[in-house]
Amino acid sequence: MQSAAAQSAPAPQSAPAVVSARNLFLTFQTADGPVNALSDVTLDISKGDFVSFIGPSGCGKTTLLRCIAALETPTGGKLTVNGMDPDAARKARAYGYVFQAAGLYPWRTIGGNIRLPLEIMGFSKSEQEERVARVLDLVELTGFEKKFPWQLSGGMQQRASIARALAFDADILLMDEPFGALDEIVRDRLNEELLGLWDRTGKTIAFVTHSIPEAVYLSTHIVVMSPRPGRITDVIESPLPRQRPLDIRDSPEFIEVAHRVREGLRAGYEE
Amino acid sequence: MSEAVAEGTAPRPHRRLPIPPVVPMIVALIALWYVAAVPMNIKEALTQVERDGAVVSPESAVERRDMSNWALVARNPQHIAGSWATARPRLPAPHVVVEELYDSTIGEEVNGRRGLVRSGSLSNRSLVYHGLVTLNATFVGFLIGAVLGVALAIGIVHSRVMDMSVMPWAIVSQTIPIVALAPMIIVVLYSIGVQGLIPKAVISAYLSFFPVVVGMVKGLRAPDGMQLDLMRTYNADARTVLQKLRLPSSVPYLFASLKIAIAASLVGAIVGELPVQRGGLGARMLAGSYYGQTAQIWAALLTAAALAAVLVGLLGWLERKTLARMGMQT
Ligand SMILES: Nc1ncnc2c1ncn2[C@@H]1O[C@H](COP(=O)(O)OP(=O)(O)OP(=O)(O)O)[C@@H](O)[C@H]1O
Ligand SMILES: [Mg+2]
Repeated sequence: MQSAAAQSAPAPQSAPAVVSARNLFLTFQTADGPVNALSDVTLDISKGDFVSFIGPSGCGKTTLLRCIAALETPTGGKLTVNGMDPDAARKARAYGYVFQAAGLYPWRTIGGNIRLPLEIMGFSKSEQEERVARVLDLVELTGFEKKFPWQLSGGMQQRASIARALAFDADILLMDEPFGALDEIVRDRLNEELLGLWDRTGKTIAFVTHSIPEAVYLSTHIVVMSPRPGRITDVIESPLPRQRPLDIRDSPEFIEVAHRVREGLRAGYEE
Repeated sequence: MSEAVAEGTAPRPHRRLPIPPVVPMIVALIALWYVAAVPMNIKEALTQVERDGAVVSPESAVERRDMSNWALVARNPQHIAGSWATARPRLPAPHVVVEELYDSTIGEEVNGRRGLVRSGSLSNRSLVYHGLVTLNATFVGFLIGAVLGVALAIGIVHSRVMDMSVMPWAIVSQTIPIVALAPMIIVVLYSIGVQGLIPKAVISAYLSFFPVVVGMVKGLRAPDGMQLDLMRTYNADARTVLQKLRLPSSVPYLFASLKIAIAASLVGAIVGELPVQRGGLGARMLAGSYYGQTAQIWAALLTAAALAAVLVGLLGWLERKTLARMGMQT
C-alpha cells in the first residue's frame, strides 16, 4: 500500500482555520432554570477538514453547529468563522446548513425547494435550472423535481434537503444528522457520494452523527462530546487516507479508530 | 414509506359529504316551520274565517284575544289550514315565502311592467335588482376590508409597536354594535358629500377587516422555528421572508378568514341599507316591516342567506383550487 504517500496528504498544520472556537459557553435560560448546552468548547476546523461530532443525545452537538451558523449566540468565549464574527459569515452566505429534520416548504415542489436559496441569492433562471438538475442528480432524485414533499418518503425528503444545501455551493457545509433517517444501504451510498463531493470540491464539512462507523468512515477529525454540560472529551485525527472505498471499514486502521471513538464515548458517560 | 408510494401518481381520494342526512334535516325544518306558523297566525286566521261566515270557538273576539294561541288551536282544529293562508301573517308559511320569492324575482322580471322583459332593465321592485345592489356594496366593502386586513396583519407581524397599538383598537372596534355605528357613518359621510355605494362599503369593510387581521396574523406567524432559521441561513431580508415563507404559509388561514369576512361584508351592506331607503336587500327588509309584509321580509332574508352561501361557496372553491396548486392536502 502507498500509506506513506497517503500520510503526507493531510493538510499542513498552517492551513487557515475556517472555524475557531475558544472556550465557548452557552447557557439556555429556561423556565426550569439554566441549561448548560456548551461548556468550555475549544476547537479548530481547518479548511478542507471533514469534522464529525459524535456524542449522546442532548450533549450539545446541534447547539454547537447552530453557534457556528450564527443561529445561536454563545454566552461566553470567542468564535470565528472564516476569520469573521459568525453573524458576518452568515451574512456572507459562507455555509449551507442541513437541519436535523428535512424542513422542506410544503407548498414548493422538490425543485422549488432546491431553487429557494438560488432565488434568494439572485442566480439567473438558467443557472438555477442547471444547478437544480445537478444537485438532484447528486442525491439521486432526478425525476422528482415536480413532486411535492408529501409525495416523497422521509429519506427522500432528507436527500432533497441536502440537495438544497448543496445548490448554492457554499465553502462550508454544516450537516446535522443528515442521514439519520435513512436505511443502511442508502446511507452507505450517500456517505460515499458525500465523501466524493468533499474530495472533489475541497469543502469544509461539519457533520453531526450518532453512528460510530459513519463518523470514522467520513471524517478527518472526530470530535467526541460528553453529555451535560456539553464538553469536548476527545478529538481524534483519522489516519485513514482521503480516498476511502467502502471496504476500508474492514481494515485494522478503521477498527482501531472506531475503537478509540467508542472508548471516548464511554469515558464521557463514566465521568 | 417506500419509494413506490412516491412514484405512484394516483389522484388523492375525494371525500364527499353524504347527501342523505341533509334532506331529512331540511324536511324536518320545514315541518317545524309549518307547525310554528299555526299558533303564530291562529288569531288572525280565526278573525278572517269568521268574517267569511265560518263558526269559530269561542265566538267572542274579546275572549279570543285573552286566550293563549295553543288553546285556540286546540279548540279550532278545522281552521289550522287557515293559519297558513292569512293576508298578514306574523310568520308566513314556507310556501307563502316561496311564492313571494318567485313573484319578486322571476315573476316580476318576466311579467312585471317594470321587469326585465318589458322594460329591458331590472325592475326596482325585484329581489334580483336589490340583491345586485347589496352584492355591489358587499364586494367593494369586502375588497377594502380584505386589503386593509392583510396590510394591518403584515404591519402587526413586522412591528412590535403596531402589534401593541393596532390590535387592541381592532378588537375595541368590533365591540361597538354595528347597528349603532352604521347611521353615524352614513351621516358623517353624507355631510361631506359621500353617499350611495361608498358608505355601505365602508360599513362592510369595517366588519370584514377584523377576521382577516386575526387570521392573517396567525397565518403569518405560522412558520416554525426551522423554516425561519433556514431563511436566516440564506441571510434573507424581511421582505423575502414575507414573500417566500410567511405569505405562502398564511394561505390556508387567509381563506378561512375570507369566508368569515365575506359573510360579514354582506351583513354590513344590509345594515348600511336599513337607514337609507335607497334599494338593496336591507331596504326591502325594512320596507316589508313597515307595511307588515312579513313574507317580503322573509323573501329578502332568504335571498341574503342564499347570497352568503354562494359567496362562501365560491371562496371555498377558490381555496381548494389554490391549495391544490400549492400541493397542500386539504
Ligand atoms: N432553544 C433551547 N432552549 C432551551 N434549551 C435548549 C434549547 N436548545 C437546546 N437546548 C438544550 O441544550 C442541550 C443540548 O441540545 P442539542 O440540541 O444541542 O443536543 P444534541 O446533541 O443535538 O442532541 P440530539 O443528538 O438528540 O440531537 C439539551 O439539553 C437541550 O435540552
Ligand atoms: Mg441534535
